[in-house]
Amino acid sequence: MPFEWIVAVRFLREGRMQTLLIIGGATVGVAVIIFLTSLITGLQANLVARTLGTQAHIVVRPAEDKAQPQLDRSRGDISARVEARAQRLRSIDQWERLLPSLRTMPDVVAASSMVSGPAFAVRGTATKSVVLMGIEPDQFLKIVKLDEQMVAGQFRVTGTDAVIGTTLANDLGVAVGDKLRLTSAESREDIVTITGIFDIGNTELNRRWVFIPQRLAQNLLDLAGGISSIDITVRDIFRAEEIALRIEGQTGLLVESWMRTNAQLLTALRSQTLTNQLIRGFVVLIVALGIASVLVVTVVQKSKEIGILRAMGTSPRRVMAIFLMQGGLVALIGSVLGSIMGIGLVHIFARVYKNADGTPIFRPEVSLWLMASACLVAVAVGLVAAVAPARRAARMDPVQAIRYG
Amino acid sequence: MAEAILQLTGVRKSYNIGTPVQAEVLHGIDLNLKAGEFAALIGPSGSGKSTLLNIVGLLEQPTSGQVMIRGRDTGTLDEAQLTALRGRSIGFIFQFHYLISAFTAIENVMMPRLIDRGRPDAEMRDRALELLGRVGLTDHAAKRPNQLSGGQQQRVAIARALSMSAPLVLADEPTGNLDTKSADEVFALMRAFNADQGIAFLIVTHDPRLAARCDRVIELLDGCVVDGAG
Repeated sequence: MPFEWIVAVRFLREGRMQTLLIIGGATVGVAVIIFLTSLITGLQANLVARTLGTQAHIVVRPAEDKAQPQLDRSRGDISARVEARAQRLRSIDQWERLLPSLRTMPDVVAASSMVSGPAFAVRGTATKSVVLMGIEPDQFLKIVKLDEQMVAGQFRVTGTDAVIGTTLANDLGVAVGDKLRLTSAESREDIVTITGIFDIGNTELNRRWVFIPQRLAQNLLDLAGGISSIDITVRDIFRAEEIALRIEGQTGLLVESWMRTNAQLLTALRSQTLTNQLIRGFVVLIVALGIASVLVVTVVQKSKEIGILRAMGTSPRRVMAIFLMQGGLVALIGSVLGSIMGIGLVHIFARVYKNADGTPIFRPEVSLWLMASACLVAVAVGLVAAVAPARRAARMDPVQAIRYG
Repeated sequence: MAEAILQLTGVRKSYNIGTPVQAEVLHGIDLNLKAGEFAALIGPSGSGKSTLLNIVGLLEQPTSGQVMIRGRDTGTLDEAQLTALRGRSIGFIFQFHYLISAFTAIENVMMPRLIDRGRPDAEMRDRALELLGRVGLTDHAAKRPNQLSGGQQQRVAIARALSMSAPLVLADEPTGNLDTKSADEVFALMRAFNADQGIAFLIVTHDPRLAARCDRVIELLDGCVVDGAG
């Protein structure tokens, strides 16, 4: 072990109480950073997963019908009132060509066609208003993993199969294998067989959504050969708006990302992230001040020893290294202990606080990257905090240090 | 003829230069010390003994004049070269031992070599044990300074000063804090190393009894050498 390390470690061991205090401060600081970051990241991930678990990241729809006034309104002598047009169910033009090109976009993971529209589900005397979701099952499951949320039967949508939510099943008193009549607004109707019942944790969607094969939906909604929208999943959910704007620019269609339709959620997430960063910043500052203040005291206490070491041939640079190493070392030990403490806190929190249904409110996971970065930041902070005390030690006049230290 | 270890020519030292309280404490000191000499530096308080010792020990720079250590003009050296020369050529013994409390007796003795070489090795430890044996403290090698008596601590400090086999040892009141018996033991040890290994000693002391037992007495008065300049 080099001379500087030996002296640094011995000085730390000798000043036991100070060393414990400084390591304790770094430990608590790193633990708070790891716990808070894991908690907020976990809660955000859970919130985003719950929000995006039932919807596409991006939805592409036909451009809205707009009324085109025939008169030149720039002429001052004309008074005109242009009424907005009612939006009828329309297909996306050229969707068979658009869909493969969307799938090949670099940031797009999956794209799925959808035929959706209003209808009634009728069984006996009960009639419920529903939304028909005409899908290609294999494609759709890449957008929403509905097959993981089945509570009865299976997610099979072929021929005249239908998959409905738990609330609708209760409202109509149906189970897997039962028949259901679907009547669209266009007065077209068909009989379907219930093959599965899902529960996606949202009563309204459990009541409204009826998944049927795309071809059947096209018939019921009078949209032969057409689709009403394209659902897209992207690799980085927080780049969804940027990708949506790009698609919108390229196609001229109406393209909405989850970030636009859930603007309030996004604002809340950003506020949480900002708060976390602020707390982390203050914790880092407090840890740095703690390390610096204790090391300054150590330098004062060790003045005589520093003078002796200088007299025996230790250069100012090596004296500086001794105190920098002390700062880095206590921060490293503190960050390792803090990581363990942070992981413990995350697991305790996840075990104690749960959702109403008993599931954890977030997954108690601490990423290796977070731990590694927290350790690196802590060591860097330790080194930076030690610079001022180390420079003070290095600049010490050996004569004065020996005489008055 | 013995080699000159130390040559001081016209050494002056002033403090607070350029201020109304400027004071010159050394007024053109000329002093020579040869290898193997055993000299006492005496003088009343305020005569400039400590300042002279600090200049000889390369801990302070003179305001003017020349300080030569083993024929090398120290005025031409930078801070790093001075530090290296000090570490290899000069051993220090202080009045209050000044052992490093975080290290054991043997580690304190190893310290100058550790500083010089950067890493501990077996030879370093053997040399330290040998020196501790010479000062009669082999059994106390693993003890911390606070587990040793004042006399024992000063003997460890002597062993440390000799660790680098430096040709010159500067001792600032080495027995000033010891009882008569311990002071005699410490003096005898310094004498023995001087006789056996030809190490030159320059000992600052207020003790006329100790000074009388040295080969040469250099007397400093009001910043001037009044006797024994050599």
